[in-house]
Amino acid sequence: MSDASISTGPRKPPITAVGPIAWAKTNLFSGWLSTAVTLALGYLLIKAALSFVDWAFINAIWSVPSNAQGPQTQICRDMQGSGACWAVIGEKHRFMLFGTYPYEEHWRPALACVLFVVLYIISAIRRFWRWELALVWIGMLTAIGMLMWGGIFGLSYVPQERWGGLPITLILATFGLAFAFPLSILVALGRRSSLPAIKVLCVLYVELIRGVPLISLLFMASVMFPLFLPEGMNIDKLLRAQIAIILFAGAYLAEVVRGGLQALPKGQYEAADAMGLSFWQKTGLIILPQALRMVIPPLVNTFIGFFKDTSLVLIIGIFDLLTAGKTAIVEPAWQGFGVEVYVFIGSIYLIFCYAMSKYSRGLEAELNRHRHR
Amino acid sequence: MSASADLAQIASAAKADAPPAIELAGVNKWFGALHVLRDVNLAVAPGERVVVCGPSGSGKSTMIRCINRLEMHQEGRIAVEGIELSDDVRALDAIRREVGMVFQSFNLFPHLTVLENCTLAPIWVRRMPKKDAEELAMELLARVKIPEQAKKYPGQLSGGQQQRVAIARALCMRPKIMLFDEPTSALDPEMIKEVLDVMVELAGTGMTMMVVTHEMGFARQVADRVVFMDQGEVVEVGTPDQVFNAPKTDRLKLFLSQILRGH
Repeated sequence: MSDASISTGPRKPPITAVGPIAWAKTNLFSGWLSTAVTLALGYLLIKAALSFVDWAFINAIWSVPSNAQGPQTQICRDMQGSGACWAVIGEKHRFMLFGTYPYEEHWRPALACVLFVVLYIISAIRRFWRWELALVWIGMLTAIGMLMWGGIFGLSYVPQERWGGLPITLILATFGLAFAFPLSILVALGRRSSLPAIKVLCVLYVELIRGVPLISLLFMASVMFPLFLPEGMNIDKLLRAQIAIILFAGAYLAEVVRGGLQALPKGQYEAADAMGLSFWQKTGLIILPQALRMVIPPLVNTFIGFFKDTSLVLIIGIFDLLTAGKTAIVEPAWQGFGVEVYVFIGSIYLIFCYAMSKYSRGLEAELNRHRHR
Repeated sequence: MSASADLAQIASAAKADAPPAIELAGVNKWFGALHVLRDVNLAVAPGERVVVCGPSGSGKSTMIRCINRLEMHQEGRIAVEGIELSDDVRALDAIRREVGMVFQSFNLFPHLTVLENCTLAPIWVRRMPKKDAEELAMELLARVKIPEQAKKYPGQLSGGQQQRVAIARALCMRPKIMLFDEPTSALDPEMIKEVLDVMVELAGTGMTMMVVTHEMGFARQVADRVVFMDQGEVVEVGTPDQVFNAPKTDRLKLFLSQILRGH
């Protein structure tokens, strides 16, 4: 008996236990209540999807005629919201993307944005994670600075006050995280230092910065900070906002990194000590590689949060992507088409944030391969 | 007294002429108010194999962790190869270069391969060229009988294999002294032997070894001297034969009866 049952070997599961039908049966239609909920939600979902398609595509108006008085948006208004007026995007996209940057020079901020994206892609490829990457960053950021400011190579000079839109958002986010991340590692290490002075300094920094809203830091950077500077000395408003964002993001990231440091077993530190590794060798080769891998999800969570928080600079009058979008519909002809504009701006944020999220998931899987057998 | 014990005593007497590899003199340590090491005096001659045993909480692990300053002692003197442990970082670095350590929980670096675990310290601390470090690591991995695992990550190995990698990793620094802190306590019974075999082989090469362990078979086989500790004190020191067959103190007698009952 028992010999016979062994000799049959493994069997395939019954057809009712696997496959899409089985999945639907166990997850969607397991009883009368779950069937009812599934049908009701399915109905709502389809209805919502259909009306969105109606609004965004079928009833949408893609362009409006223009005469001497400007664009004729009356046909859009006649729709009374039953269809999207994408004409506003066609008309205003360059203002939303590049703000008040001189119109005929828009290729410069556009190229700057492309360079940013190229920089992100290069940095995302693990094969390029070598010290030379720092040179690429310096080179790219210098090129972006030259493009934006101009004043050399025959490019006309464009003062920072006229920059706006997507480049501002990318500048604030890129510089913000590029500086805040290393800062946060130092602060996290400092908080665990055995030297009391360094420890107190790091704790104070984190608690002070974390204890106030970003908006108040931005106000401080834009209004109060100049009062402390000597007469005639003036630091660029964008730079001041940038510093405020770096300090703020640094405090939050430091706590995330510290979480990773604390999750490491003490034995890892001891093994590195016993081998005679110096503090920085131990930190750079053993501790950080493990600690940072562990905190990739909360780290990227904070990154994404700060990418979007850069939009708060609108309160001190810096023209980032969101502010530019808001300003684009101040013009009377286009007033009332906020939804379309915010959908457009929102999709740009979504693309960047989703890319970060998607990339981090891949990175997490790749870097934590050693944990799997 | 048996002939082998006599020989062992003669051997350790001969070694005693050289300056001690490890010397602890009047060492005291407290964890808060708890007095965990009480006036510990011990000298280990070069090439000597010393097994430290005692009930849990007796301070044996703390003692050997003081030797490479994973724990700091508060009173007394500890010297390794004639270098005194002090607040001088250079002295500590010099000592740690000469002292290899194997932990109860292996403490391999999980994000590095077995080979990288072994070459890390030679490359960064000894400044050895990568190629030489890899050759040395492969040689030592062969000696602990797992050269075929070099490209794997520690998490892919069994406990016994991990501990053998940990021994190879420590040996890659070409230490003069090896400290073992309960190297087999975290292992499944069937894996203890493979680790002990490696340690016996290592003892045969004349390495100075200090081993905290409950493996009395190992102690009888390789130890020149056995140190029995209890409540932070060194209670008895002697050849395995003296300590196991002719315990002088009641504390040692009690301990031996307990571990024998356990086996």
